[in-house]
Order: sequence, then structure tokens, then C-alpha cells
Amino acid sequence: MMFSINMQHISKRFGNLRANDGVNFSVQQGEIHALVGENGAGKSTLMNILYGIHQPDEGSILLNENLVKLETPARAISFGIGMVHQHFMLIPSLTVTENIILGNELTSMLGFINSSEAERTIEQLSDRYRLPVNPRARVESLSVGQQQRVELLKLLYRNAEILILDEPTPVLTPQEVEELFHTLNNFKSMGKTVILITHKLSEVMAISNSVTVMRRGKVVTRVDTVSTSQIELARLMVGHDVEFRTVKTSPPSSMPVLVVEGVSAQSDRHLPAVRNLSLSIAGGEILGIAAIEGNGQSELIQVITGLRKPTAGKVVIKGQEYLSSRHHPPVSHIPEDRGKQGLVLDFTISENLILGRHQEKNFSGLFRLFNEKVESNAKQLIQVYDIRPPTKHLRVRNLSGGNQQKVIIARELSKNAPVIVANHPTRGLDIWAIEFVHSSLLRERTNGKAILLVSSDLEELLKLSDRIAVMYEGEIVTIVEAKNTTERELGIYMTGAVKRGA
Amino acid sequence: MLALLLSFIIGGVFILLIGKDPFVVYAMFFSQTMGSWYGIGQVLFKATPLIFTGLSAAISFRAGLFNIGAEGQLIIGSFLVAMVGCTFSSLPSFLLIPCALLAGALGGALWGAIPGFLKAKFGAHEVINTIMMNFVAAGVISYLVTNVYSVPATVHTPQITASAELLRLDVFASAFHGSPVNVSLFIALAACGGVYYLLWRTRFGYELRAIGLNPIAAEYGGISIARRTVLTLALAGALAGLVGGNFVLGYKHYYELGFSEGIGFIGIAVALLARNHPIGIVLASIFFGILEYGSLTINTMVPKELSNILQAIVILFMITLTKFLSRWTTHLQECIVQDSNV
Ligand SMILES: Nc1ncnc2c1ncn2[C@@H]1O[C@H](COP(=O)(O)OP(=O)(O)O)[C@@H](O)[C@H]1O
Ligand SMILES: [Mg+2]
Repeated sequence: MMFSINMQHISKRFGNLRANDGVNFSVQQGEIHALVGENGAGKSTLMNILYGIHQPDEGSILLNENLVKLETPARAISFGIGMVHQHFMLIPSLTVTENIILGNELTSMLGFINSSEAERTIEQLSDRYRLPVNPRARVESLSVGQQQRVELLKLLYRNAEILILDEPTPVLTPQEVEELFHTLNNFKSMGKTVILITHKLSEVMAISNSVTVMRRGKVVTRVDTVSTSQIELARLMVGHDVEFRTVKTSPPSSMPVLVVEGVSAQSDRHLPAVRNLSLSIAGGEILGIAAIEGNGQSELIQVITGLRKPTAGKVVIKGQEYLSSRHHPPVSHIPEDRGKQGLVLDFTISENLILGRHQEKNFSGLFRLFNEKVESNAKQLIQVYDIRPPTKHLRVRNLSGGNQQKVIIARELSKNAPVIVANHPTRGLDIWAIEFVHSSLLRERTNGKAILLVSSDLEELLKLSDRIAVMYEGEIVTIVEAKNTTERELGIYMTGAVKRGA
Repeated sequence: MLALLLSFIIGGVFILLIGKDPFVVYAMFFSQTMGSWYGIGQVLFKATPLIFTGLSAAISFRAGLFNIGAEGQLIIGSFLVAMVGCTFSSLPSFLLIPCALLAGALGGALWGAIPGFLKAKFGAHEVINTIMMNFVAAGVISYLVTNVYSVPATVHTPQITASAELLRLDVFASAFHGSPVNVSLFIALAACGGVYYLLWRTRFGYELRAIGLNPIAAEYGGISIARRTVLTLALAGALAGLVGGNFVLGYKHYYELGFSEGIGFIGIAVALLARNHPIGIVLASIFFGILEYGSLTINTMVPKELSNILQAIVILFMITLTKFLSRWTTHLQECIVQDSNV
């Protein structure tokens, strides 16, 4: 069989960690190949080796049966290999054209950049591959989906024949995902080879011809997509049967615990972000919020958690009104950005476990901090929430992402507040940690808490929520019962295509 | 140690260049600073104010604030110490001394709180604010001392009353005879203990450290950064203001213009070297005390400029090397943790 890429016995260590351990990886020309595995399985590392960013400690790479050395990305590009990274590498203040030609400028005799010629080429490419984008627009004015097109155009501009996409879908709406897949199929029909990294198995089934599964730095299997199933792939990814135990029980009570009434708020740049928004959540209910990044959901959460003053409206929790930012409302808050908002990374586990609770009478008097109480609290929570390693005095910086999230969840849920606000609570976590977060939230639901869940993962929203509110430009476009809707339907509302009542 | 050795070698080269024997100079340096109780007393006297300004810089750093204002804060504080010391001459010692020190601390605190307030309220950067406050302090006090309160033909205030004087340590241990080290050394050590307690045993200390390490997470945790900023800088100012105890109450018994010679700024270096830890600050202050007094003793053999150069080189080496070492040790710790995770 003819492989256009054939990586053999690739090993790569980072210190003591074997990120890739004797990996064999091959892709045929003109196929879409999915590379799957949990977070940390070594997918990005393997692709970075193929793109010349990392050098393997062992192993060899064959392109069309020829042994090659890929010392730099420039070298990889010269062999027709291109990669879109997990985080886009565009410069926001430059135009689309400038971003695309960066590092590959066509210069005229005098050294001036010949951008009109580049623009023409880009327009041709975007016609040919049906990737519509205005070459003169500034990247910062583009949506995430459009930025991705720019990244793809960048590869095409460099004549890439092999396109690597590292987790391209989590940031996209369902419609954008569909468009992307359309484009990838286009590439395939033009004879290009695509490698798609993902950990969403439904996407693998939908688009790929073949799959490689990685676990802990090793390849577990390589199969044709038609001869496998999602369940089999899930089992291969984690190494044993995955039991999705998170089943909702008990219907919500009818008493509203959290009521938001006519709230308006501005963003940091003083633009209206939330517009006259009302919602209410009952005890024992999870209300999901689906919205594309930047539609006011962050500001809404900040108002509810007392971090932002609304310009109008009120927040009522259990009949009591919380308006000023002085009074901290009784809300457990699992913030969006663990390292920035949720934790002081250079504090110990013990210290982090009281952040925001340190003013409670248990932990401090007017002046003194009761260290014994702080320690015993840590000991207890580490045990209950199975934080590893169970070392109270370890700095949180040294924990894995999943365990850092456990620290936050342990702290916030132990507040025993009637309202829980969870903002992207599973972003970047592996399957086990996600399961842990989900079951924690569902347990709190059973305990009668009112839970507001914001997530860009619609699967997650559908699985956990009782109702889902879709936000668009600071307003709630619609509220639907989770069991009566689909990702597709939510996606349509999220883009603002349909307004309420329309 | 390596840093010290390196800088002594470089210093030696300089000394050779001006035609002196480095070994003779160094022998002098060490015997004068550590070879006698008198020398040790001198070193401790020099170290005392550095402990205060080092602590002042350290708690600011811990809260993520770059406080360059210790110089102004200590000028105001020391002046007030002297004024109280010479004004309320009827009070007995046990009241007068605490009152004088309190006045110094309050003056320094005010001088720290003002830039803190400007930062909290208007977002004006504390580096600029505190530097400006230094100029204001220097100007105001210089005017007051030369035009209002001075003893004619001098640049110092009148003598404080005898009952305000702090005892010199040679009263208790005659070995120190002649050196100006005094009871304020103990006040400085107590302040170290106090700062340690504050940082790790109190709610405010916890909040202060949280703000310094991650202000956003602190805010999410319900800590009001603005108020803590004012309070932190006021405390830092109070610590700097206590410097007056050493010089005014313990040594000269009056306030003299220009007495500080940059103690406030050296405090920043002390804090950096000590990595903002109170115990480290005591050690770093003694180290700087040795350098300062040592370079005074070799003044007769080498030009003052050279000893200043040497001091600066040592500081540079020590600070870069400790940074390097700390990065290395944390790296090591992380490796160990990763191993135990596997
Ligand atoms: N530059 C690096 N230095 C040290 N460790 C790294 C580096 N890049 C990745 N790793 C580690 O290698 C492992 C595999 O990472 P990665 O290839 O990014 O996984 P994936 O993309 O499958 O989520 C992880 O444990 C990660 O922490
Ligand atoms: Mg990755």
C-alpha cells in the first residue's frame, strides 16, 4: 500500500515524560485521517514532529517512500506539509492578506511587499476551495470560523498538500463545523491529504476514512472508520469500558431560587453586553446557556456572581436582592479560566481551598487566620474530592488540569450556596475529569441547587441541562426544553438567524 | 558564595588596577567588620534601618506593588520622630519613646497611603506616585529643617530630650563600646516577627499575598484590591517611618538632612535578595551592613568610588545568582513532583 506519510517508531521525551513512545503513524494520500486520544495522549506532539517543530528522539519519517529530515517548519512546508494549531497563530491587527503572506512575502525589486498580487492569489484560492473571506479585512474583526478559513488559506497559499488540523472544532458553532467538514471533503476530492485531530468521536465517524487512536504516548490501533464504532473507539481511547453513569433523576422543584430581572450590563469596553435580560432557575434545575463567545454570557455571569455592577435590573436569590458589588451573593462560581480566575497558582492546595471563603467565621477572625482550620478543611476536601496528589502544601501550579479543577469544585461546592454558576467547567479536561465534573453538578442538582451552566460544548449542555437558553447579542433568543431540541436547532438560534417569535 | 567570590575577584582586579594590593585591602575589610565587637556593632547599626526598609519593600512586593517610596516615607517619619522627641520633653521615657516612634510610623504610613490611594482611586501607577512623594518629602523636610526648626548654622533639628533617647547596646554589653548599635535593633527584629505573623497568620496577610500572586483570582474570591492596596502601602510606609528610631533616638539624637543616604532604595535590594522573606531580610540586611561599613573602613586605602563600585557589583551578582538558583530549585521540585505523579 502506498502511504504518503509514514512515521516509524517515533519517540519523543519531555524530561521524564514519554510524550510519544514508539509511535507508528501512516496516512494514505487523498484520505481524511482522524487522530484521536484523550488530552495528553501525545497527538499534538506527534503532529508537531511531522511539522518540524519538534525533533523526534528516535524514529524516521518517510514521505512518499523517501526518508526525510524535517528540522524546521519551513522544511516541512517545502515538502507540502501545513498545520493549523490548536490555538490560531494569527496577528489580530493585521489584515487577512498580511497574515497569509507573513513569512512568505512576495517582494518587488525594491523590497516592497507586493500585496496586490498576493491579494489576487488569495481571492483565487478562496474561490477555488469555497472559503469566502475578504482579504482586506482585519483579522480581529473576523469570527472564529472565518479566522479558521484564514488559517486554511495560509496553508493553501503555501501549496500544502498535507493539511494537519489540531482540534479545530471546539471553538466553532455546529454550522461552522459543518462548513469546515464540507471544505475538508473538498480538499479530499482535489487529492489533498487531511489529518484531523479531535476527541469528539461523532466527528470521527462523520468525516474520516481512517482513524489512529493514541493513549499515553502510544498508538493503540489504526482502523478504517467503516469497520469501527463510537463505542469501540471510546473504549480504545481510555483503555477500558466507559460507563456514562450521569443520568438525571428527580424533577426540579417549582420554587425559583435564582431570579434575574431586567438586567442590563456593559462590557469592559463600556459597550452594552447584556440587554434587559430576565431568567429564573428553580431549585434542582440546571439551566444551560448556549451562545457563541462574546454574546454577553460572561458579563451575565459576572453580574450574578457580584463581580460586575449591572446598569439596570436586579438579581434575587432565595427572595433576597443582591445588587451592589459590596455584598457577595451566595453563589458557588466555577469560573471560565481556572488558572487566571479560579486559582492562585502559587498558593498551596490548602490556601486555594479557602480563597473566597477565607472571610467565613470558621477560617478567620477579624484579624487572625485560623491555620489549623484551614489545614483540616484541606485534608477533608482532598479526601472527599480525591485531589491528587493528596499533598496539602503542594503548590496548585504543579497539579494536572483535572486536579486543579477539582480544587475549584471542592472549594465552591463546599460553600453550600443555593446557586451554582459553572462557566465552561470541563474545558480542556480529559474524559475522566469531565465525568467527575458532570456527576458533581448532577449531584448538586439532586441536592436542590439552582445551577446555571454555560458551555460551548453543546453535547454537554444537552446532556446536563433541564432547559437551555440561547443568548445572542446580550438577549435570550429562546428557551427550550433540553430533551426537545438538538445541537442543530441550538446552532441556528446561536447565530441569531432566528429571533424570538419569528 | 560563588557570587561573593566572583565579585571579590573582580574587585581585586580593580584594586590592582589602581596600584594597591587587594589582599591587604580585603584583610582590612574583614578585620574591621567582623574582627571585633566594635566592628560588629557598627555593622548591626548599619543593618538596623535596612531591616525596616527591607520589610517595607517586601510587603509591598508581596502584594504585587513596587514601592519606591521608602526613602520619602522614612524622611517624613524620622523628622516626626525628632520633632516629638524634642517637643514633649516633660513626658517620661516609657511614654515619650513609644509616642515618638508612633509619630514616625504614622508619618510614614500617611506618606505611603497617599500614593496607595491615588493608585486605588485613579489607577495612577505606584512607581511614579511613590517617586514623586519622595521628592515632595525631601523638599518639605529640607525647607522645614533649614528655615524653621534648625539649630542655627547647622542642617539639623534641635536635640531631643534625654528621656527620648534609646539605649545603646554597649550599656548592656560593654564589648560593643563606642559603636552606635542600639535598642532599635530589637525593635527591627520584632518588626520582622510581626511581618512574618502578618503575612502567614492573618487574614489580611493571606489576602495581600493572594493579590500579589494573582489579582484577578483574588477579586473573584471577594477581596477588594483597592482597599488592600492603600492599607499595604500605609503599612510599608509605617515600617519605613520607624527607621527614625535608629538614627534619631538611638544615635545622633537629632534629625539631620541627608542622613539616609539611600537606605530606602537599598531596602529594595535587600528585599529582592531575601526573596521577600522576613528572616532572609535580617540576613540580607546584615550582609549589606557589612558591605556598607566595610567600604567605610577601606576608604583610607582606596577611593570611595571604588568601594561603591564593589558594592554595586556584589549586589548585582547576588541578585542575579539567587534568581538563577531559585529558578533551578523550583524546576527540580517540579521534576520530583512529576515523578511521583507517574
Ligand atoms: N513542550 C513540551 N514540554 C514538556 N512537556 C510537553 C510539551 N509538549 C507537550 N508536553 C507533554 O506531553 C504530553 C502530550 O502532550 P500533547 O501532545 O499536547 O497531547 P495531546 O495533544 O494529545 O493532548 C502531555 O503530558 C504534555 O504535558
Ligand atoms: Mg493537543
